[in-house]
Amino acid sequence: MFQTVLASLNEGFLKTLEIFGLTLVGAFPLGLILAFGSTSPFRPLKYLVKFIVWCVRGTPLMLQLLIIYYGPGLILGNNWWGTSSAGRFTAAVVAFIINYSCYFSEIYRGGIEGVPKGQSEAGQVLGMTKGQIFSRVIFLQVIKRIVPPMGNEIITLVKDTSLARVIAVYEVIWNGQTFIKASGIIWPLFFTGVYYLLFSGILTLLLGRLEKKLDFFRV
Amino acid sequence: MSVLEVKNISKSFGETEVLRDVGFSLEKGQVIAIIGSSGSGKTTLLRCLNFLETPDGGQIVVNSETLFDAGGRTQLTEKEVRRNRLHFGLVFQSFNLFPQYTALSNVKLAGELLARERSDYQAKRKTILKEIRDNAAGLLQQVGLSDKMHLYPHQLSGGQQQRVAIARALALSPDVLCFDEPTSALDPELTGEVLKVILALAEKNTTMVIVTHEMQFAREVADQVVFMDGGLVVEAGPPEEVFGKPKQERTIRFLERYSEV
Repeated sequence: MFQTVLASLNEGFLKTLEIFGLTLVGAFPLGLILAFGSTSPFRPLKYLVKFIVWCVRGTPLMLQLLIIYYGPGLILGNNWWGTSSAGRFTAAVVAFIINYSCYFSEIYRGGIEGVPKGQSEAGQVLGMTKGQIFSRVIFLQVIKRIVPPMGNEIITLVKDTSLARVIAVYEVIWNGQTFIKASGIIWPLFFTGVYYLLFSGILTLLLGRLEKKLDFFRV
Repeated sequence: MSVLEVKNISKSFGETEVLRDVGFSLEKGQVIAIIGSSGSGKTTLLRCLNFLETPDGGQIVVNSETLFDAGGRTQLTEKEVRRNRLHFGLVFQSFNLFPQYTALSNVKLAGELLARERSDYQAKRKTILKEIRDNAAGLLQQVGLSDKMHLYPHQLSGGQQQRVAIARALALSPDVLCFDEPTSALDPELTGEVLKVILALAEKNTTMVIVTHEMQFAREVADQVVFMDGGLVVEAGPPEEVFGKPKQERTIRFLERYSEV
């Protein structure tokens, strides 16, 4: 029995990891783009981005998952996600990317605004271009500033992936729960906690190492 | 021939007039010291010279080339602004070294990035980079920091950081080197080492514009002194005159306040 449970949970956790990984791959750059939007001197863009961020951060992620998955079919009459489990998975990842990029954008914004103005001015008087100033001077200082808050969000994401089950994405908790009905045992559901603990433990170690790596300079 | 001519520069922030008709000219190898109380517009003037602010009126002419003319086209392209800025170097009050680079890399960085725009960069990459490195190392030696080249800013004292910043500003060989109160952020015991470096530059005929609160130093280093108050040049002339026998009431009062300290 233990083997069967483990195999099923492993499979579910793989799905969890996929959601986790793809969300980060999408939300890291998208968050940065949104951060540029919300700090833009062009007012309409700035307020549009701030409005989007407000909506996304102000509503439950679970609701966003439901809206993104069911919305196209119910509102637009065209369920472009399809009915397969692959479609539900894609919808879940899209919802996660949108949600997390909004949180990330606020972290980036804080990081960017935290870099003293003198840094870019020093680059400017040395004849650097805007792009060079961002990539060679500002960016690493932003990274250093945002690693701790970003780490928090990343750990939260590990656990938030479980919300994907509301649109029937077979992640680890879903798989754990099936054993209640199918075999009348509840421990597999509880045992999923071990996966989360181990994984967030590994992430905590990695993030700590990254913080250490950036210790060579101070901001 | 003047290296730098500043003509009738004016600048307002909203309703506040920060600079009114400010002008001076500077010969090659000369040092001009700008003195005046806080809020008199000294820093804004330097920022205009370095194109960090756009003046509302006036002209900036370097080596007979008009870089800025408020009467002409004032919306310069990024490329033009960058080219204009290269005529000037600026040493900030708060150093503004890049914390993630060593002292040497701070001095090298801008030169390396600029070299990429050279047409022969690909062909002569190694030689060019070596030249930039040697030049940077030479400048750090000149400011007395050869042994600190590979340290990061946070490992250096304030005075050492400011000396790195001076080397960095010199790296692109600007026509005019500007200082914005270079010792104001330093502990009193560290100002000496920075002032000594600036004096040494003056002896080597570096053209400089120095905004400072160090009156004794201004008197020593400057060929010309400009006293500003309320955005206006109140009095200008050789240091013996401005410090020795000031003519304007406002200058006299300002200098009295400083001699009391």
